[in-house]
Amino acid sequence: MTRPNLGTLGTGTAVLVLGVFLLLQANGAIELNGAQSLTGLGACVIAALIASSFGRRIALRGAEPEEEDLPSAALAREAGRISKIGFAAGILLGAGLLFAWANGSLEAVGKVALAALVVTVALILISAPFWIAMVRRLGTERVARARSEERSEVAAHLHDSVLQTLALIQKRADDPEQVARLARRQERDLREWLTDDQPTRPDERLADALRAAAAEIEDSHGAPIEAIVVGDAALDERTNALVGAAREALTNAAKFASEGGPVRLYAEIEDGEARVFIDDRGPGFDPKAIPDDRHGVRESIIGRMKRHGGRAEIRSEPGDGTEVELTMKRDGR
Amino acid sequence: MSSTPSVVIVDDHGIFRSGVKAELEEKVEVLGEADSVETAVRAITDHAPDVALLDVHMPGGGGVEVIEQVSKQRPQQRFLALSVSDDPKDVIAIVRAGARGYVTKTITGDELVDAIKRVHEGDAVFSPRLAGFVLDAFAGDLPAEEVDPELDQLTAREREVLRHIARGYMYKEIALRLHISAKTVEAHVSSVLRKLQLSNRHELSRWAVSRRLVD
Repeated sequence: MTRPNLGTLGTGTAVLVLGVFLLLQANGAIELNGAQSLTGLGACVIAALIASSFGRRIALRGAEPEEEDLPSAALAREAGRISKIGFAAGILLGAGLLFAWANGSLEAVGKVALAALVVTVALILISAPFWIAMVRRLGTERVARARSEERSEVAAHLHDSVLQTLALIQKRADDPEQVARLARRQERDLREWLTDDQPTRPDERLADALRAAAAEIEDSHGAPIEAIVVGDAALDERTNALVGAAREALTNAAKFASEGGPVRLYAEIEDGEARVFIDDRGPGFDPKAIPDDRHGVRESIIGRMKRHGGRAEIRSEPGDGTEVELTMKRDGR
Repeated sequence: MSSTPSVVIVDDHGIFRSGVKAELEEKVEVLGEADSVETAVRAITDHAPDVALLDVHMPGGGGVEVIEQVSKQRPQQRFLALSVSDDPKDVIAIVRAGARGYVTKTITGDELVDAIKRVHEGDAVFSPRLAGFVLDAFAGDLPAEEVDPELDQLTAREREVLRHIARGYMYKEIALRLHISAKTVEAHVSSVLRKLQLSNRHELSRWAVSRRLVD
């Protein structure tokens, strides 16, 4: 994991050698003529070139199969780029020095300062691989930590939901209605958890409020309800009334009409208008013969919609199911 | 058309395959089964069933991959997607890949037999949920210059038919309610299927892209 980048190391070493060489020459410790200096410099550059390309290959080949995650591959590429930059910097520095030396403008003080600079750059280049390795290690650790956190979150969810439900189902194996209800609730919960990118907001959004009402009534009455909602809008006074009326219609259907198949809610929410249909295949009834004490239909559905500027139509015939259509114009277009 | 259509069942869950097989007994001829993309492609090309029943999710690529590979050898093969997933991404992707319909695994045996016959006869099969997705995907107006009216918009009638499917009505009931023939209902649904498969509406393209289906 902490493989040093040989390319950077090579470049750094070459620059270091160059720096030391210049330092010695500036101090008068060694005396060289132009040709000898040029040869030395050339050797340094060639050594850096070879070390750099060789080292980069090793660094990349070493990093990729060893660690599969993307961050470390990206870091290996990063290391390769840094070694390339280091190499270019080394050559530029060498060329600059060569130029200055050839011009004879490299005075004693300047020579020492320049040599010190070269040595500093060299040290930075040599230590670079270790910094890179450290950054890479931190990145890998962070990825691993995120993964393990995610795994325990999934495990916790499965434990709280699916395992609990399975235990309940085994206990209630002799009560098919209860088993079906438990399975359905679990299915709904798991689906929501798997597909929803954002948490549902039944207190703020019409679509979520309608789905939540359907789920709640399905649970409390043990009657399957299929809810399909197209579009969405914010909840306000009017749309709240719409949810209330839909809830009442769903409750009636779940209570009296769930024998003939699932109760269905279909809602279409557009810019100016929201429409909700509640259909069942139950025994049906004569809408004109609703007794006055049946508050559900008269007050909670028809009256409520009317009071908020909407309308409710109920079509039913004995033996042919019931459909409730709720229409609400929405505020401000 | 023969009265007992033949199928190949593709699903990686053995329990589910045997359940479907038991439900289809005598009404549909089951020619073979498969539990992976590779075995599915072989079973479908070998047996040439009237309809291939396809699971959306499978190890090694899923139903979309099966459709792509089989279509190269048998472009006339008809597919019906059968899945527990009701994620619009999955559903729209498999229909755009070429399935002529999508039903959920909770469908009753009789409804499934009916759906298989329908696909066999070249019609489209929309579950209430798929109808809801389509209405959602085609909702809203597009800038006029970007609209191909042939493909990017549903007619008022098509919308009305889809709305009734989403409300859980059968084709026959819809025909009765809208005062049209059952054949006309089928024609509307087939037309919607075509638009769903060919339209470039951004919602549809987005769902397809997220499954890497585009080119």
